[in-house]
Amino acid sequence: MNEALLRSLTPSVLGILVRRGADFAAAEDAVQDALVEAVRVWPADPPRDPKGWLVTVAWRKFLDQTRADASRRRREDLVDEEPAPGAAPASDDTLQLYFLCAHPSLTPSSAVALTLRAVGGLTTRQIAQAYLVPEATMAQRISRAKRTVSGVRFDRPGDVATVLRVLYLVFNEGYSGDVDLAAEAIRLTRQLAAAIDHPEVAGLLALMLLHHARRAARTAPDGSLVPLAEQDRGRWDTGAIAEGVGILQAALARDRLGEFQAQAAIAALHADAPTAEETDWVQIVEWYDELARLTDNPVVRLNRAVAVGEADGPRAGLAALAGLDDSLPRHTAVAAYLHERDGDLATAARLYAEAAHKAPDLAERGHLTRQAARLNARRSH
Amino acid sequence: MAKYLLLKHYRGAPAPVNDVPMDKWTPEEISAHMQYMSDFATRLEGTGEFVDGQALAPEGAWVRYDGEGRPPVTDGPFAETKDLIAGWMVIDVDTYERAVELAGELSAAPGAGGKPIHEWLEVRPFLTAPPTITE
Repeated sequence: MNEALLRSLTPSVLGILVRRGADFAAAEDAVQDALVEAVRVWPADPPRDPKGWLVTVAWRKFLDQTRADASRRRREDLVDEEPAPGAAPASDDTLQLYFLCAHPSLTPSSAVALTLRAVGGLTTRQIAQAYLVPEATMAQRISRAKRTVSGVRFDRPGDVATVLRVLYLVFNEGYSGDVDLAAEAIRLTRQLAAAIDHPEVAGLLALMLLHHARRAARTAPDGSLVPLAEQDRGRWDTGAIAEGVGILQAALARDRLGEFQAQAAIAALHADAPTAEETDWVQIVEWYDELARLTDNPVVRLNRAVAVGEADGPRAGLAALAGLDDSLPRHTAVAAYLHERDGDLATAARLYAEAAHKAPDLAERGHLTRQAARLNARRSH
Repeated sequence: MAKYLLLKHYRGAPAPVNDVPMDKWTPEEISAHMQYMSDFATRLEGTGEFVDGQALAPEGAWVRYDGEGRPPVTDGPFAETKDLIAGWMVIDVDTYERAVELAGELSAAPGAGGKPIHEWLEVRPFLTAPPTITE
């Protein structure tokens, strides 16, 4: 049984049922039933048109359910509306699912869970494992999300920005269990990019590919963080970098700059440098200026301060940092780094230790603690 | 989403407002208290925010390594005046504010006289897995 094929067909079959007027939760149940049927029947009797087969069976299951729900009137309407059997149209029903799953009425965590379930075709168990919560909890989260969107009609186009935010959340999650959420986010964004012509979708895909390309070099075998400047660039995935840069260039040529394209441009400049010393920091600062214009995000200004520190020296970086709220995540770590570059090791060591104390994850805390210890050891010699 | 540990203490926390030891409650008051906690957990399962919860016995011991070939040292069968954890609940919520809100609700569990005990709960964020992007 080709599980990958089933998984890739699931969202569009679900999308077709929803477009035909099936309630989202009922449509999902019907598609699950059809998948079970496929696993049972296909090995002995493979269909010529797998998607059409699934649509037909799922629609029949949905009608059965609706009958069982004693909703005679509605059922009769639906039977009347039933399209003639035949090959399923290769339309972009999946696209509607993306918008449904990222509906503004959902909290970000519900939107993420529903997207992985409905568009990604992952099992509830896989999603629960990835998020380290019990399966029952994740099942409830998903069914609440389904209930929330079940009354939603597709009378107007959805908001692409919301969909992209959800996909980016998936990409940024740490992962565990048997699903790699970063790879899954790339797969889904690739699918979205194929269905919709939008420079920011391309920008996000490029950004993900460029970040993902550096993954192998980002952690040491013991799990500790390796900062960008110290990464073994030979371990970067040059194929993914080339693809990301190509997608980004095509998007930028459309002249409709957005946040993700600007972020991807910065990632591309890093990926493009043969060594850390050869990084084009001046251009990176310019892209951060663009990004700051596009979003009023203090984290962008914090990252810009780092880039200014590299382009114009640590004093300039510290000056750029001075205007920012010091409660920002990683503010203290950036200050520590800039003070070290400026030669003030005592302040840098103190700030690294303070930043380690505030770090949100174990790997980052370990990294910052080692930085503090390294400076303290050097100072005592 | 971020995970938080809600810690319930036997000792070590400030005294609750309704500070009557549990063994002085009526059986009905104890049942009402347990029911409140259990309903709370069930409700959080329904909202997709429940991760885990366990109660702990008060008998704890400090244990440490005592050198090669020697049995570990314990400080005796009874915990003395140190902080004692009575139980925990792990929740997975959208914001820190939501974690505090839920801890507040849990602290309102009924105690003696059917009144909320107002006990102090400790709220601690989990260190997360590192995000994909750290640079």
